[in-house]
Amino acid sequence: MLSLPPAPQPLARRQVFVGTALACAAGSMLIGGMLATWLQFRAEAPVRESSKRGFIKDWMPADIVVPEVAANMMLMALAVACVMAQWAVYSAKRNDRTHAAMAFGVTAIVGFATLNAQIFIWTQMGIGARDGAFHSMFYAVTGVMAILLVAGIIFTGVAAFRYLGGRTKEVELISSQALYWYFLTAAFTAIWFVVYVQK
Amino acid sequence: MTSIQTHHAVETSATPSAIATWLTSTDHKVVGRLYIGTGLVGMLGGLVLAVLVAFERINADSYQILSDATSVQVLAVARNLLTFGGVVPLLFGLMLAIVPLQLGSRGIAFPRLAMGSFWMWLVGLGMMVASIIGNGGPGGGNAELVDLYLAAFIVMLLGLAMAATSLVVTILTSRTPGMGILRAPLLTWSALVTSVGVLLTVPVLIGTTVYVYVDHRYARLGFGGNKGVNTWIGWALSQPFTYLLAIPALGVVLDAVPVLSRNRLAQRPAAVVAVALVGIAAVSAVTQKTVTLPWGGDGFLSGLGTKIADLLPFVLLNVLPVFGLLGVLGLSLLTLKEGKPVIAAPLAFSLVGLLGIVLGASSHILGGIEDAGLQGTIYETGSYVGITFGSVIVAFGALCFWGPKLWGRRISDKAALPLVLLALGAIGLGSLPYMIAGFADQPAGLLNGFSYDGPQALWNVLTTIGFTLMLILTAAFTALAFKSFTSGDVAGDDPWDGTTLEWATSSPPPSDNFADVMVVNSATPLADLKSTSTGKDA
Repeated sequence: MLSLPPAPQPLARRQVFVGTALACAAGSMLIGGMLATWLQFRAEAPVRESSKRGFIKDWMPADIVVPEVAANMMLMALAVACVMAQWAVYSAKRNDRTHAAMAFGVTAIVGFATLNAQIFIWTQMGIGARDGAFHSMFYAVTGVMAILLVAGIIFTGVAAFRYLGGRTKEVELISSQALYWYFLTAAFTAIWFVVYVQK
Repeated sequence: MTSIQTHHAVETSATPSAIATWLTSTDHKVVGRLYIGTGLVGMLGGLVLAVLVAFERINADSYQILSDATSVQVLAVARNLLTFGGVVPLLFGLMLAIVPLQLGSRGIAFPRLAMGSFWMWLVGLGMMVASIIGNGGPGGGNAELVDLYLAAFIVMLLGLAMAATSLVVTILTSRTPGMGILRAPLLTWSALVTSVGVLLTVPVLIGTTVYVYVDHRYARLGFGGNKGVNTWIGWALSQPFTYLLAIPALGVVLDAVPVLSRNRLAQRPAAVVAVALVGIAAVSAVTQKTVTLPWGGDGFLSGLGTKIADLLPFVLLNVLPVFGLLGVLGLSLLTLKEGKPVIAAPLAFSLVGLLGIVLGASSHILGGIEDAGLQGTIYETGSYVGITFGSVIVAFGALCFWGPKLWGRRISDKAALPLVLLALGAIGLGSLPYMIAGFADQPAGLLNGFSYDGPQALWNVLTTIGFTLMLILTAAFTALAFKSFTSGDVAGDDPWDGTTLEWATSSPPPSDNFADVMVVNSATPLADLKSTSTGKDA
């Protein structure tokens, strides 16, 4: 009777990290596809004359004011969240629970602040999803981004809960949540430029 | 035959009820079997409606069963069921069940994600069908149910993306030592190509569907309301997206043919490239439209630059995948020619199904040439039928091939082989007459109220016969598979004298697949072992 030769100890499997990387790639395609459709609609919009900028695409109605300060703050806050998430990785690798806990906490708070800024933008703009194509698409793309943000906050919460609960060797999960915040920052940067700056 | 011991003795202990297992199991084989079972039911449902649609087209003035409004809904539900209720679950179920075994892995990555994917897919599909029945769906008159259709579509797509994630992570992280990615069996390779393609394209589809949902629910100003649903998301039900879903079928063929021809696969690296070429369809799908060839202009030489600019993307996205398919077909035939083929149901189903896929994809090239005037005609449906029926028929071959591993019992070749004739008839009659009718300008999206010069009844009667044959084939195969896998002959661990790791464990495998982690040194580790033990080449 034969058997295949036994193997040495299998290599460490970074399944969570690989899975997160795939989720980030899929999320990039999601946001990228939505922005591509946004750009297509804007390109196909008729031209109108603006008192400030001459002839422009009649895409975003002239009476809408986008709170750009809040959008800029979201972008900066997300950059901070990346630093904080990476700080959590750094601390966890050194088994520094105190600093890791602080890093997790700040990451989550910055995430909530970003979400709050998004809600602020929606309320300040005061537009209805029923009012036009720009309006419904604006809510769709920023709403998807908000859902991705909520997922990031939950991810950080889970990673913190497991690490602080005693699974101090699970640095891979913490690295994965940091990767996810990098993705969120990249995705929002694209939205910031296309939706909030170029409009 | 050499016996190889690499697995546990099957343990007999108290097992949870079937429903509890279906809801909570983390065994990838259970998830795969659930997908396969529901896929067969979904395929049957889709085919019943497809036969009804085909019958409706025989005569635009009489034989009308459905009203104009209903016919659009039936057309929508038929395509949704054939693609997302039939092809997707059958092939994803096979991949989820078999790929970890081929990798020598003890399980699938993120098993709860895999099980969750099944339930999300099923709930999404169920809600989609329910919404269409209630006059929702593309072009539906009930606004609330159109919204439900769009929401359900997103849920179903999320399930599909979850299954793809589980597969890719398994393939990238759970290969047994010595199994580089290029040594992995070709079903595994094709699963990787498909799943990566799904992860790149499905999010784009989800994003577009979110736009359409929000617009339809609130504004109906940007995306055409209920009439615009198919315009924006209909690409998921036609070429080239269907190529992506057919890629696992290529893996089935490339794994089954060498085993059943008692020969190593000819030019294995070329087969790897061929499967990857078909994956280029994924790139084409994210453009959300069919890339066509406007072969017009002022004259051949004067407009040459424009022609080349048009030709390059057309060739890259439409022709190159067909080269990949032809490569798979050629390598399979070469392997058969140089081997000693066993006339078995998996081989026959696989080759007939592959021919259908090649027919559908090749004909799609002609459909993309604008001067041929085939766009908007039923010609496209002929291509779709070739690819869809071909994929399902290959899946039947895969069930004959790997079913014994999953259920421990085998389908009799004597009972299954006659069904291959039905498969041949279904593909030929289901697709070719529609292609001919396309040249006579029969419109694609209409069942009633059209007319054209030509023997309308003949082509549509032939197609109705083709669809009916496919329905009979699917029903007969489902019954045969159910009977065989519950009370058929016991298969044994290695009924086909296989060459890859899934045949090195018991049939059905224990929940953790293998007792030991194994080392492999080639793409066909079992063949090497057998040839070493018998002192001759496999």
